[in-house]
Amino acid sequence: MLLIPCPYCGERTESEFRYGGEAHFRRPENHLEATDEAWADYLFMRKNPKGWHRERWMHIAGCKRWFYVVRHTVTHRISSVYKVGDPLPDLPS
Amino acid sequence: MKRYSFVQLLRNAIGLGDGWQQAWRSPEPKPSYDVVIVGGGGHGLATAYYLAKNHGVRNVAVLEKGWIGGGNTGRNTTVVRSNYLWDESAAIYEHSLKLWEGLTQELNFNVMFSQRNLVMLAHTEHEMIEASRRVHANRLNGIDAEIWSREQTLAFIPILNKSMNIRYPVMGGSAQPRAGIARHDAVAWGFARGADALGVDIIQNCEVIGVRREGSRIVGLDTTRGAIDAKKVAFVAAGHSSVLASLAGFRLPIESHPLQAMVSEPIKPVLDTVVMSGAVHAYVSQSDKGELVMGAGIDAFNSYAQRGSLPILEDLASAMVELFPIVSRLKILRSWGGIVDVCPDASPIIGRTPVDGLFINCGWGTGGFKATPGSGWVLADTIANDRPHALAAPFSMERFASGRLIDEHGAAAVAH
Ligand SMILES: Cc1cc2nc3c(=O)[nH]c(=O)nc-3n(C[C@H](O)[C@H](O)[C@H](O)COP(=O)(O)OP(=O)(O)OC[C@H]3O[C@@H](n4cnc5c(N)ncnc54)[C@H](O)[C@@H]3O)c2cc1C
Ligand SMILES: [Zn+2]
Repeated sequence: MLLIPCPYCGERTESEFRYGGEAHFRRPENHLEATDEAWADYLFMRKNPKGWHRERWMHIAGCKRWFYVVRHTVTHRISSVYKVGDPLPDLPS
Repeated sequence: MKRYSFVQLLRNAIGLGDGWQQAWRSPEPKPSYDVVIVGGGGHGLATAYYLAKNHGVRNVAVLEKGWIGGGNTGRNTTVVRSNYLWDESAAIYEHSLKLWEGLTQELNFNVMFSQRNLVMLAHTEHEMIEASRRVHANRLNGIDAEIWSREQTLAFIPILNKSMNIRYPVMGGSAQPRAGIARHDAVAWGFARGADALGVDIIQNCEVIGVRREGSRIVGLDTTRGAIDAKKVAFVAAGHSSVLASLAGFRLPIESHPLQAMVSEPIKPVLDTVVMSGAVHAYVSQSDKGELVMGAGIDAFNSYAQRGSLPILEDLASAMVELFPIVSRLKILRSWGGIVDVCPDASPIIGRTPVDGLFINCGWGTGGFKATPGSGWVLADTIANDRPHALAAPFSMERFASGRLIDEHGAAAVAH
């Protein structure tokens, strides 16, 4: 069970949040020109790392805002949370 | 390999036999193989078995980082069925179900396949319409499927909640009489024993940690037990598929999630079929020992931890109590999780990869146990002939660029 520190509200239990998956991938810029492969990459391909993962969460039962979490996919430990627009914190080594 | 039989059992029991043989060898890895299968779950072992049996390819190794069947093969709730919506899925799952029907004899190993019917409950008008759509699609594909009224469903499953005064009253459902459950460990062990007898090396405690390529072609693997050359390689690693793909330099449309299940204390027989409900997110069968085997949906977040969060199990327990009020005072004996490889369209990926000589079979997610023999069969054929088997062709990775997805969320979301 995760304890997630919302950057706006503080630590709350996992069931107050909605998971948004991998963070920081971009929609193809020139969408009329983008190839099928570029769309497939954007829509479907994921890093899915065994280790540190930058991901999106939304505090659906609280402030209802999206933010980012750096979480380890084996230990489930959360190393940092940051707001949209914040500089990316480094991944722990 | 000595065949198991009633006579052999009897002779050994009264001390006249010559004892029991080891079911498979534990050989040292050879420096090179024609085909190396990475992942000693049911799918990997079945692939090796059919490579040797159907295609005469016997210089084969199965590399397993832990023990065989220790992944999802030994963690699932063993529901076997073929009533999927789309033609492509119906074809491959039904091919698999037909293999299940002869598997104990084929492997000379009792996989305890018990065809005990499976009822997918419908709780709303809309679910009834969806159920009849799927039943019609199944019947057009030659799959036994029936639409059941409320009365039929309640008569068949006497412990169901009969009240109309609950949030999800039972309106009826769809049934597949040939569906059922099997003994998961036996499936891994049976395929391992069969493959070993045909010359396949099963190598446990051997983790693949690197991929060796020459140009665009795979030529071998680095493992925790040394380097192994291979003419062809297949990744059959379920929840760890993305990790292996990244070693080979490509990405997959897959995310790994925990999927949890739990069993109750054993009780007298109360349920002689499999029941699923998508609306309340639960499915259940009763094991021969008397435990109720219950499963839920995935935990939403990515994970490789083989454990999930408590709210999923709480939701499952509340769904169970609503469906079957008599279970409310049962104790839970244990719960566990496996790491499932979820594809965006809830369908598997079978076939070639961007690396020549490297094949992949993954993305079965929450529902691949039922596909074990069929998946091994088509992957073996694909590897042996260097082209996709007809049943595997629609499940190639190219579908994510072409847009020909095989969307089975309706049939597979909670249903396993
Ligand atoms: C709780 C739960 C309930 C389920 N219920 C059902 C159900 O009722 N019906 C159904 O049809 N399906 C069900 N499933 C899904 C089903 O279990 C899987 O789809 C299926 O077992 C996958 O088989 P596999 O052989 O591909 O994977 P696995 O059995 O997971 O085998 C993959 C193997 O690869 C090994 N491996 C990984 N990385 C490496 C490496 N680098 N080197 C060497 N080896 C490696 C792993 O150790 C593992 O043993 C369920 C799953 C879970 C977790
Ligand atoms: Zn908040």
